[in-house]
Amino acid sequence: MSKLNANIPEGSLAEKWTKHKSKIPLVSPANKRQIDIIVVGTGLAGSSAAASLAELGYNVKAFCFQDSPRRAHSIAAQGGINAAKNYQNDGDSTFRLFYDTIKGGDYRSREANVHRLAEVSASIIDQCVAQGVPFAREYGGLLDNRSFGGVQVSRTFYAKGQTGQQLLLGAYSALSRQVAKGRVELLSRHEMVELVVVNGKARGIIARNLVTGELERHSAHAVLLCTGGYGNVFYLSTNAMGSNVTAAWKAHRKGAYMANPCFTQIHPTCIPVSGDSQSKLTLMSESLRNDGRIWVPKKAEDALAIREGRLKPTDLSEENRDYYLERRYPAFGNLVPRDVASRAAKERCDAGYGINKTGEAVYLDFSSAIERFGSEAAHVKGIKNPNENQIKKLGERIVESKYGNLFQMYEKITAQNPYKMPMMIYPAVHYTMGGIWVDYNLMTTVPGLFALGEANFSDHGANRLGASALMQGLADGYFVAPYTVGTYLSQDITTGKIPTDSAEFDEAEATARNRMNGFLNSKGNTPVEIFHRDLGKIMWSQCGMARNEEGLKKAIADIRILRDKFYSDVKVLGKIGEMNPELDKAGRVADFLELGELMCMDALAREESCGGHFREEFQSKEGEAVRKDDEFAFVAAWEFAESDPGKSKLHKEELSFENVELNTRSYK
Amino acid sequence: MNFTINVWRQNGPKEKGGIATYKVSNISDDMSFLEMIDVLNEQLIIQDIDPVVFDHDCREGICGMCSMFINGEAHGPGRGVTTCQLHMREFKDGDTITIEPFRAKAFPVIKDLMVDRGSFDRIIQAGGYVSVNTSGNLPDANATPIEKQDADAAFDSATCIGCGACVATCKNASAMLFTSAKVSQLSLLPQGKIEASERVMNMVKQMDLEGFGNCTNTGACEVECPKGISIENIARMNREYLSASITSK
Amino acid sequence: MNLSGGLIRSSLARKYWMALTGLFLCSFLVVHLIGNLPLLTGNKEMFNSYAHFMTTFPLIKIVSYLLYISILLHSVDGLLLARSNKAARETRYVKYNGKANASWSSRNMAILGTLTLVFLIIHMKSFWYEMHFGNIPTYMSGDGDELKDLYSITVAAFQQPWYAVFYVISMMGLGFHLWHGVSSSFQTLGINHAKYTPIIEMLGKAFSVIISIAFASIPVYLLLS
Repeated sequence: MSKLNANIPEGSLAEKWTKHKSKIPLVSPANKRQIDIIVVGTGLAGSSAAASLAELGYNVKAFCFQDSPRRAHSIAAQGGINAAKNYQNDGDSTFRLFYDTIKGGDYRSREANVHRLAEVSASIIDQCVAQGVPFAREYGGLLDNRSFGGVQVSRTFYAKGQTGQQLLLGAYSALSRQVAKGRVELLSRHEMVELVVVNGKARGIIARNLVTGELERHSAHAVLLCTGGYGNVFYLSTNAMGSNVTAAWKAHRKGAYMANPCFTQIHPTCIPVSGDSQSKLTLMSESLRNDGRIWVPKKAEDALAIREGRLKPTDLSEENRDYYLERRYPAFGNLVPRDVASRAAKERCDAGYGINKTGEAVYLDFSSAIERFGSEAAHVKGIKNPNENQIKKLGERIVESKYGNLFQMYEKITAQNPYKMPMMIYPAVHYTMGGIWVDYNLMTTVPGLFALGEANFSDHGANRLGASALMQGLADGYFVAPYTVGTYLSQDITTGKIPTDSAEFDEAEATARNRMNGFLNSKGNTPVEIFHRDLGKIMWSQCGMARNEEGLKKAIADIRILRDKFYSDVKVLGKIGEMNPELDKAGRVADFLELGELMCMDALAREESCGGHFREEFQSKEGEAVRKDDEFAFVAAWEFAESDPGKSKLHKEELSFENVELNTRSYK
Repeated sequence: MNFTINVWRQNGPKEKGGIATYKVSNISDDMSFLEMIDVLNEQLIIQDIDPVVFDHDCREGICGMCSMFINGEAHGPGRGVTTCQLHMREFKDGDTITIEPFRAKAFPVIKDLMVDRGSFDRIIQAGGYVSVNTSGNLPDANATPIEKQDADAAFDSATCIGCGACVATCKNASAMLFTSAKVSQLSLLPQGKIEASERVMNMVKQMDLEGFGNCTNTGACEVECPKGISIENIARMNREYLSASITSK
Repeated sequence: MNLSGGLIRSSLARKYWMALTGLFLCSFLVVHLIGNLPLLTGNKEMFNSYAHFMTTFPLIKIVSYLLYISILLHSVDGLLLARSNKAARETRYVKYNGKANASWSSRNMAILGTLTLVFLIIHMKSFWYEMHFGNIPTYMSGDGDELKDLYSITVAAFQQPWYAVFYVISMMGLGFHLWHGVSSSFQTLGINHAKYTPIIEMLGKAFSVIISIAFASIPVYLLLS
């Protein structure tokens, strides 16, 4: 218990970060040159941290498993990035962004961290614009904003549906500049397979060169994990194929606690599953909910007729449609937070109103937006009494300018034209709020090991608001870690280079090698992919959008059986000392098989419903989540023990709320 | 659906490669091209044959990792798509499909269909950035209004995913579309204009050093580009480079 | 001035020179065509006076040296470009579907250019060399100038069928070369605009068709008449 000190600075909420910054010890420029930092992962958090630390003068090594840092999965974020700029004069402020994030996270995040996030959000936009990130602009040349779920202001900056791409390329360009200067050594196609801890401090990593297969030793004075989330534990998710938990899990096994691992975000607007060989799911940006309306047929027989292909959605009249979000949540309508929207979709589909072949899809309809935009455009153009076709055409053009690339993507995948037929969507795993436990300085329970971005648990509580992931990744990388990592390193100025020939490095390398040999020598019959798929099925059905005690217990038992089977029956060809993507995949799936169990344990222990975690036993009569603040207003931090995830020990970090009142979230 | 797959197998950068032929069956038309390769690989593993190595990651057309040359075209016959967004419904049952790696001297093959596109990173490192450090004290983001037309054009250039289809497609293996997209994005914005001359000189120099070919304006790159980046960017770079060469000291 | 990197040795510089010399050669084609039109009307006097003027007028002489340099530069630079472009892809594709994304002429500029160069050498041997260094019969014109009778030599040459056919084929090659080349030079020099580029492309194509048909029509006309 003693280990869990969040190190929150004294002072009032709004002053904490400023005061903390002005008091922390610094490292002189000459000393920075003597200090090495490893950054694992080159997404928004990793690239921005590596670039910023290198600019300060540290020697940085940046690792990514992709062929280039520019390909990290932050690139796929679509909708936008929040910042409390209040450019729209709609009442936004740092406090309101803070408040919305705490409330959206269902009061399960740390006040001080979230407030800091809101404070630095405005600087992120300034930084990105200075880097040449081409945000959307209005005709007057100023930045445009849009609105996202769970808030009542427009504070989201965006670059069409490719905001993540543009922000990542901005951070990548800053990183590239440091690579050119020789300040950052870039090690792409490298995967961290072990953390090295010397005298209780993180001092390096073992990385596998994915091209040659060699296990390499890299030492440093601090290690930053910017390795993203672990949504791929569900097999089907919107994550990239390579996204994995391995780096984080190795750190966990070496003493870093995992916090709230069961908090998973299921994103409401994804393209529904179409077949068994599907390898991943595709997200349709939440921004679509600004203008799209979500509905299912009002009558179950209509839904059935649509499923069987006897009826088209466009044939259903308004009064036969159930715009269930607008019905249930009139204040926020289609823009309720993600967890609420996802559960509502599941509720309708479970009740028999789903509209695709599998019965697991709802409509996202743009016809009224097209009509509204079309009439406006006709008015602007001075067309008097426009006919229906004119309005449709004009409206479609405006929808295209706002969401063109998303509509195109939808059409490519489904071979259906979303301008004419409403889109079909269904929730899918998207983001993990849980992650490595960190204190206010983003340091884990292993001194010298930091976690940034989605890899940590810190800012989003039990549910993340849209457009906040990009904000957090860049806040951690650009504006938090450069200060807080420096504080830690100020004790290390006389340490000197960390040798890589120590017993700790020997042992870490041997552990990694033995594990890989284990996979290669198991001489089983089943490809890795099959185990991953099976794990995904267990997780999705028992630890997905709705969870209950019985299911979770069953899932834990099933995962343990699957894990045993994996070690005895997995089939991996080839050798260690060569390129071997199947071997890499085996290592990742092995870690998912342990993480999955921990997630179920966490979900089982949290006997309440909050945010993305919905326990069926804890719901109101109307089916809304019931939170239990007196018992569960804490961060569940799990310590790995006895080489068995089932023996993990729970530590609690009590959350205190001094600046917001704990209310039942209401979006009605 | 059933297909005959002719795929390039090559064990390492220095080894000799060749086409191997495999059959895949029970492919549904909803599957993406990469999911079809997944099925093939699962089948190969069961037969104790090394699976085909290929680059892929996001599988939604944005990371730029996938890089297959399918039936003589980068990312296959579809337009505006990456290989991961190509669906099997684009092919006919019984088709023979030829898959090769992206080929260029500057993209050496690592294994099978995987190539090394580090040359693209080095071109960006040569100048594809605005020289601004991280700072909490930069001018407010709205301090410099930018004409919407320019901001939109910069965005269009910035949507490049760095997949290398332009190089793979170009009969000269030229990287002009890639390089010019970054040059254009930054030269269209006031933030990037300040070091525009130096940037274009350095990036072109690096591009030449990497061993890419010259642009002969065939326009194939913009046709095959999954993001529809226009060769207008190449013209802009030609212009920028010309004026930078004349005016630089 | 950073000449070596910027305007001479870089890949872009080589393209600028291709475009500039190419456009200059296009302007020559126009002058050359106008001068040759008397061949179609049978105006021997006008044609021979033009030939005389072109070989003796001092300013034209200067321009003609520029022309020789342009031809040389365009050819040598073009061949060097073709060689380095080939080197940029060491292993060829097993299957390459070039027609899916680019026009035939744009993909065959080097071959079309080489064909044009071969034609040019033969063409210059037949007429330019003879005019400058050969023994062409002379006669006194109505104006009292002593003119070389290039007209009769040209007419005689084109009345050989194989020679006329060679010309027609070469002009087709030139036409395809210009079909891509004219508008391509503008792109290389950085002139690309949503509004004007389609016009440039159209004019370039019209130019290539008019020039090649007009030139080809001379041997055809002379052969048939």
